[in-house]
Formats: sequence, structure tokens, C-alpha cells
Amino acid sequence: MITVKNIYKKFDDFEALKDINSQFEKGKINLIIGKSGSGKTVLLKCIIGLMKPTSGQILFDNRDFSIFSEKEQKKMKMEMGVVFQGAALFDSLTIQENVMFPLDMLTEQSMEEKLERTNYCLQRVGLENTNHLYPSELSGGMKKRAAIARAIAPKPKYLFCDEPNSGLDPKTSIMIDELLFGITHEFNTTTIINTHDLNTVITIGENIAYLQDGCLEWQGNKENVLTSDNQKLNSFIYAQPLTQKIREFIKQ
Amino acid sequence: MKLLLNALTVIGEYFMFLGKVFSVPERWKQFFKKTIDEMYSMGVGSLPIVLIVSVIMGAVVTIQTGLQIESSWVPKWTVGFTARTSIVMEFCPTILSLLLIGNMGSRITAEIGGMRVSEQIDALDAMGINSASFLVLPKIVALLIVNPILIVISMFLALLGGYLVALMGTVVAPYDYIDGITSFFRMYDLYYALIKTVVFAFVISSIASFYGYKIEGGALGLGKASTQAVVTSSFLVLMLNLIITQIML
Repeated sequence: MITVKNIYKKFDDFEALKDINSQFEKGKINLIIGKSGSGKTVLLKCIIGLMKPTSGQILFDNRDFSIFSEKEQKKMKMEMGVVFQGAALFDSLTIQENVMFPLDMLTEQSMEEKLERTNYCLQRVGLENTNHLYPSELSGGMKKRAAIARAIAPKPKYLFCDEPNSGLDPKTSIMIDELLFGITHEFNTTTIINTHDLNTVITIGENIAYLQDGCLEWQGNKENVLTSDNQKLNSFIYAQPLTQKIREFIKQ
Repeated sequence: MKLLLNALTVIGEYFMFLGKVFSVPERWKQFFKKTIDEMYSMGVGSLPIVLIVSVIMGAVVTIQTGLQIESSWVPKWTVGFTARTSIVMEFCPTILSLLLIGNMGSRITAEIGGMRVSEQIDALDAMGINSASFLVLPKIVALLIVNPILIVISMFLALLGGYLVALMGTVVAPYDYIDGITSFFRMYDLYYALIKTVVFAFVISSIASFYGYKIEGGALGLGKASTQAVVTSSFLVLMLNLIITQIML
């Protein structure tokens, strides 16, 4: 479980996060949703350790990341897998080398063990025959799946995804959602996903945090996200004509 | 005042960046592999331009020197001697390094900047890998090794360019030219030139990497960073050239 307590993040005079308190549960898909500029990515980067919060605490299973020594922080990061918005695969490496990269850098495994794990991860995301291709030879959806394979290669306890569905067609988006849902439950990871994809919200959102203007405005799950009476949440959820029609349908 | 403050901030950031770069590599095997890859791409990639520029530069220096020393009082071998001294001590180390800023420096900035823009550097940091050391240290070490080799090759090619002029033209006879370039050779001149190339190699690689690493603002920022890296490196190479010359000569 990941707990964030009284998180503030300031950039000069701009306050990107204001007193965020939340819990992200183990073995569940935890979503951070909100409009662009609401502070989702800043919060995720603070949790991952790519940004330092101005104040507040982030606890990983009751372990405070901020008071760790550099060595402990490094060890802790080995327990994290991150999928970036643009996949962030290394251009100069093949897909196999990309997936094997964290194993090369962070573990003492033999080549055989690394290869076995790499092939398993690629097979798990449905990219069996792409070992020797380069990222530039893959489609957007395949790149995201390769990034997921790289993220799960070191068997992380925590999985973070920054807008994994952005730029993908609806069918591929659903495939990515199902993959992340399956991995989370199969490996019992604490998964946090940043998204503004409503399909993700209503299909796999087991714990949902809604951010607006840097504040946590609402927290719930997929069962009550559509029926909440929170005005700010509703203005986000029902912003599109299609979702407005769904709302009218639910009311009827 | 604001400009000075900005300059001091950038200098501070640069030294903090170097502090991050110069840490013990996490995996020596990866470090050596990356360094050799970089040496190959920097060395082989720069050879054609070094070849063309050096031969032409050597030829031009020899022609100009020959025209300046057209007197019956001055021995003919002086043309070769003066051309060699200019080529070894100044033209090859400095002009070639300035040329390599445009070639290698902008390539390094674009490569690291591209990795920053596409979040590849964030991916390394998120894995707990020191991205600055992992990406930049092999480039600095590779250029520290490759630059002196390229400059020495360039010296030979420039002297060859001068010899071609001697063979073709009327500026100086080939025998006098060979006599000149082999007369009064001091090893200290070569040491001085090589020390300059090592210092310039460090400036080119570290400045280019720094601007690439701290890039902000996507593709627009990438162009801006490349320009800043080239301008700053060129200025520093010229300033350091002056300082080293004052100290060593």
C-alpha cells in the first residue's frame, strides 16, 4: 500500500499540489484522474521520486521514502516499475535489450535467467516475436506493451503508469487496460495509473482519486464514480456529449 | 545584474551536473561497452570531415606562408618550418576542435536532449540508475581518447596537404618543404598541442551533454540547447586556448 500524507508541491509561486492525502491499495488498480494541468503527473512523479514534494510524506508499506539513504532509495526503486506516457523505450536498444535492461543494471542474474524472464514478460504482454525489433519498428500500442514488459521485468511490488492509453485507439486502449488489470491481480502489485480515459475509469478503476487544480476533490471507485453528487467530479466525468447522454440514461 | 545572476546559476548547475557525472559507474561492463561504442561512432563518424578539412587547411597555410616569405634573404625551408609550427601548435588543435563542436557537440546535445524529451532519462532515474553518469561519462571518456587521436591524424593530413601544394605549385619545392617540416622539431610543441586537445575534448563533451541534459520545452528547447551548447563551447575553447598558450608558451 502507498500512503501520501499532506503533500504540497510548489513551483516558484505556483502551487501544483495542495495538501494531498490518499491511500493507494495493494493488489488493486488505483487511478488518479483529472483534467490536464490538474496535478496528476506531478503527484505521480513525487510518488516515484522523480520530483521532491515541497512538504509531506510518502509511505511505501509504511516505509518513508524521503528519509531513506541514497542506497536505500536505490533499493526501493528496484521495487518500482514505471510506464511513461510515451513509453520511453531506449531507441538504440532492441525490444529484448530494453526489457532486459533493468535486469542487466539492477540484478546479478545469469544471462540465461535474464533471457528467460525477458521472454516471459514479452509473452505476457503479447509481443513474442518482437525480440530483435527496435522501438521505431513498433506501433504505438506495441511500444506501450513493450514498456509494460520492461516495467514488470524486475518483478516490481509497485507499478506506475502515466496515461498508458494516450494516443491509442479504443480497442488497443481496452487491451492495455485488461493487461494492466491482469498483471496487477496476478502479481498483487500496488498499481497507480494516471488517466483521463473514462473507459479505464469505469472498467478497471478499483480505487479512484480525482484531482482538480492540485486538490484531491473526490475519492471512490468505479461503482460510485458515475453516481456521485460531487459537482467538480461530474463536470469532469460528464464533459462530453456521450457521457452526458449516459448520465441522462442513469437518471431515467 | 540579472544576466550575471543567470550566468552564475548556469555555472553552478554545470558543476553540480559534473558532480553527478563523475561517480563510479554502476556496471563497469556496460560502461566499457558504451565507451567503446562512443569512441567508434565519434572517431569513425568524424574521420571524413577531419580528412577533408585538414588537407585543405594544410594546403592553404602552406600557400599563404610561402607568399609571405617570398624573399631571397630567407631560406626556402622556412616555409615548411613555419607551416608545420602553425599547423601543429594552432590550426589543428584549435580549428579542428571548433569544427568538432559543430559535428560532435551538437550531436551529443541532440542525442541526450532527445532522451530527455522522450522521458528516457526519467525512465533511467525511475529505475534508480544515475542517468547523468550512465549517459555522459562514457561520452566524456570517449572524446578525451578520440580527440587527441583525431588531431594527430589531422596534423599528418595537413602536412600532407602542404606537401601536395609543394608538388603541384611554385610556392616551395618539395625538397625544401620536407626539409622545413623536419627542421628544429620540439616535442614540447606536440605536448602543448595535445594538452589543448584533451582540455577542449572535455569542454566539448561536458558542455554539450550539460545543455542536452537540462533541456526544457520539447523540440523547440532542443534547437535552443544545441545553439547554446555550440556557442558556449566555442567561446570556452577560444578562451582556454588563450589561457593555455599564456601558461605554456
